[in-house]
Amino acid sequence: MQLLILLIALGAIAAFGYFLARRKLLGGAGTQAIRLHSRPSYHGWYVALWCALPSLIVLLFWLLFEERILEALLISYLGPELATVPTDMLGLLLNDIRNLAAGDAVSREADSALMAAAERYSAMRTTARAAMLGGGLALAAAGLGWSWRRVAPAFRARHRVERVVRGALILASFVAVVTTVGIILSVLFESIRFFSIVPVGDFLFGIEWSPQTAIREDQVGSSGAFGAVPLFTGTLLITLIAMLVALPVGLFSAIYMAEFASPRVRNTVKPMLEILAGVPTVVYGFFAALTVAPALRGAGAYLGLDVASESALAAGAVMGIMIIPFISSLSDDAIVAVPRALREGSLAMGATRAETVLKVILPAALPGIVAACLLAISRAIGETMIVVMAAGLAARLTANPLDAVTTVTAQMVTLLVGDQEFDSAKTLAAFALGLALFLATLALNVLALYIARKYREQYE
Amino acid sequence: MTGAGWQVSEFSKRRLKKRYRRERRMKLAGILAIVIALGVLAVLMGSVIARGYPAFVKTEIALTVTLEAALIDPSGGGQIGKPARGKYGKIIRNALFEAFPDVLERAERRKLIGLMSKGARFELRSMVARDPELVGTVQKVWLTASSDVDMMTKGSLPRDVPETERRLNDRQLGWLDSFDAAGDLRTVFNGRFFTGSDSREPELAGIGGALAGSFWTLLITLVLAFPLGVAAAIYLQEFAPKNRLTDFIEVNINNLAAVPSIVFGLLGLVIFIQLFELPRSTAIVGGLTLMLMTLPTIIIATRAALAAVPPSIREAAHGVGASPLQVVSHHVLPLAMPGIMTGTIIGMARALGETAPLLMIGMVAFIVDIPSAPFDSATALPVQIFLWADSPERGFSEKMSAAILVLLAFLIVMNALAVYLRRRFEIRW
Repeated sequence: MQLLILLIALGAIAAFGYFLARRKLLGGAGTQAIRLHSRPSYHGWYVALWCALPSLIVLLFWLLFEERILEALLISYLGPELATVPTDMLGLLLNDIRNLAAGDAVSREADSALMAAAERYSAMRTTARAAMLGGGLALAAAGLGWSWRRVAPAFRARHRVERVVRGALILASFVAVVTTVGIILSVLFESIRFFSIVPVGDFLFGIEWSPQTAIREDQVGSSGAFGAVPLFTGTLLITLIAMLVALPVGLFSAIYMAEFASPRVRNTVKPMLEILAGVPTVVYGFFAALTVAPALRGAGAYLGLDVASESALAAGAVMGIMIIPFISSLSDDAIVAVPRALREGSLAMGATRAETVLKVILPAALPGIVAACLLAISRAIGETMIVVMAAGLAARLTANPLDAVTTVTAQMVTLLVGDQEFDSAKTLAAFALGLALFLATLALNVLALYIARKYREQYE
Repeated sequence: MTGAGWQVSEFSKRRLKKRYRRERRMKLAGILAIVIALGVLAVLMGSVIARGYPAFVKTEIALTVTLEAALIDPSGGGQIGKPARGKYGKIIRNALFEAFPDVLERAERRKLIGLMSKGARFELRSMVARDPELVGTVQKVWLTASSDVDMMTKGSLPRDVPETERRLNDRQLGWLDSFDAAGDLRTVFNGRFFTGSDSREPELAGIGGALAGSFWTLLITLVLAFPLGVAAAIYLQEFAPKNRLTDFIEVNINNLAAVPSIVFGLLGLVIFIQLFELPRSTAIVGGLTLMLMTLPTIIIATRAALAAVPPSIREAAHGVGASPLQVVSHHVLPLAMPGIMTGTIIGMARALGETAPLLMIGMVAFIVDIPSAPFDSATALPVQIFLWADSPERGFSEKMSAAILVLLAFLIVMNALAVYLRRRFEIRW
């Protein structure tokens, strides 16, 4: 509530500052024209920024640390009584106090000590919020006063405002870097924690995957086995099947559309193929699990083959359909980029169009096509929903496409969905798998970029 | 070929034929590939539509209920329609027993009650709450039938199979037929499917909650990703000096665009839930995670749109004395806006269909309340589809397909909008 008031008040002060600054300049102008360095609106913006920005920055930090400081204060208030509470119950106790203060349901009998603590907590909170409101408004007022005094015709307001805006733009472009660093750090730290429980060698080369966590110490199989090889082979198998489907279909349709099709066919077929890329993966998962898998199973039964109901073939084939548009549109770009002169030269020599495609265009476009394939593979190994819905969960070391296999992404979802604590080997394993996945896709992308750049023929 | 004294040997004629045969084969392979791809698309759409469209209607049964005051307001005091008061289930049971007075055995009676949805009493309750005048009267009311009845009536379940393989036995079918003969069985448009939220009973489940969850999630994604992405793109395209640092940022953005979405889920889990301790399975966390995922798409699209604005515009603006920032904000950005909007819409469409990162951050719970703010527990439309796909109940299968249809409809609208914007406002310089 105070937060909302503060934000609205800041907006109002900033707007007030804007008009105040303009008035100061234009009002002073009177009848005779004066030379302003910056347009009046820049002066307005200058004052408005001084009103809002400092408060907002302080507010951000306040919100980030408020809860922690309140907690520390609460613990120091509870001081003597806490001696009896074990450390792992402390969080629960604090939560109860917080809930009690908010008037929610509590997990224990609310005795007088708890009630007192809750009252204390809500009192501290009220004070904190009032301080936040007062401090924020004071800061805004100070900013208004200070900046308003500086507004003068010769003042270089535009430079200041533009510097702030430029700073904001730079900050925004760093979000991408921060995200990458965040991904690497978060996955890396959890993985390191995982590898302190399970040795790296066991994870990378072990062939047994059964990630149970022990509830009791003496439970059978409580240690769990975290050998990821079956997951890697499963992922590779499904990716291979996907590529076997997507590569011929994607490549041939790209060749046809680039070299043979009339513009009309091209303009209708290309967007239709791109629909395939726009279909959400959960829909492909549904298609694989409820349409393709039963059909394959039926066909297998008819032929006397034993097809698992969650066969790698179903998941792989549907994944292949999903990546057709990647291969076809990227290969199409590569083929179209081959200069006309090469094509016409070949045709002029008497080659048929098929011969031109095979002997001239494809070799010239090969780096682009290989890069397209690598990107498609990277997409396939990172694909989650299809395998979660259509592939199995049992980790099996097999190359038989009719068997059920599991993949890295499917296991990550299984390990993390549901309520677990964040520090068991089971949940941490998901981060180790995530690290492997991240590194693999990164390597594929870098490789694709490298191939496309290094082997690209420069014709002009 | 015969002019100019060319001697065409039989051999080379055969060879030419063979070469052209090869060409035809290649062409055929291309056509075949396209037909396969489009055929699969057709099968995919067909199977979704065939499974999904029945979910837009539901079956209702008309019961003649006696709204006894004693049952509606057992404690007296006129608190009609208050939850947990009133034995509306009993009213419905009585109506059923009256309709079939010959059913006396307990097990049979339970089967009879099983024709109606468990939600029917709530429908009755809200009807009485709306119009307290009804108390004490006898009314003919259309109430939702159970999922089994619903699917049998719509033909989703086969009728002509042995009794043991059916969800409804012969007696139940007989009762249904007699309702039908009396005109007391109908299928109507299922409004609840769009307004209701998830439920354990398939006939009561709807996508309203999931739609609201998706709305809040995407709202947060849009509000954060659009300004951030456009600002980052403006800096990189228009202001950034060419140096190591900006190169590094560029490489980062291109790589992020190719990182699997599930890894963004891990990031969201660690940063937003573990570090910032935001509440789990809420739209705010989902929106933040999808924001990080959508950002590279928007940045790349915006840069392309900015790059397409010809330098002459910038030079002209500079020439009349605009500052670099004024050049961009007054001239380049407005001209690039259609392209930026197109890229943003496509990025948002992808975010709308995304499931995996939301699973990672726990937006995969069974949630009955419709979220009304970003901090409420929520689920998103694709996650709802995933949840229903996992459910063993037959009735959820058609709900899931119908939800897919709704999702696809949204995606088609968004993509069509993007295409329209591109066609309508794109300027070819």
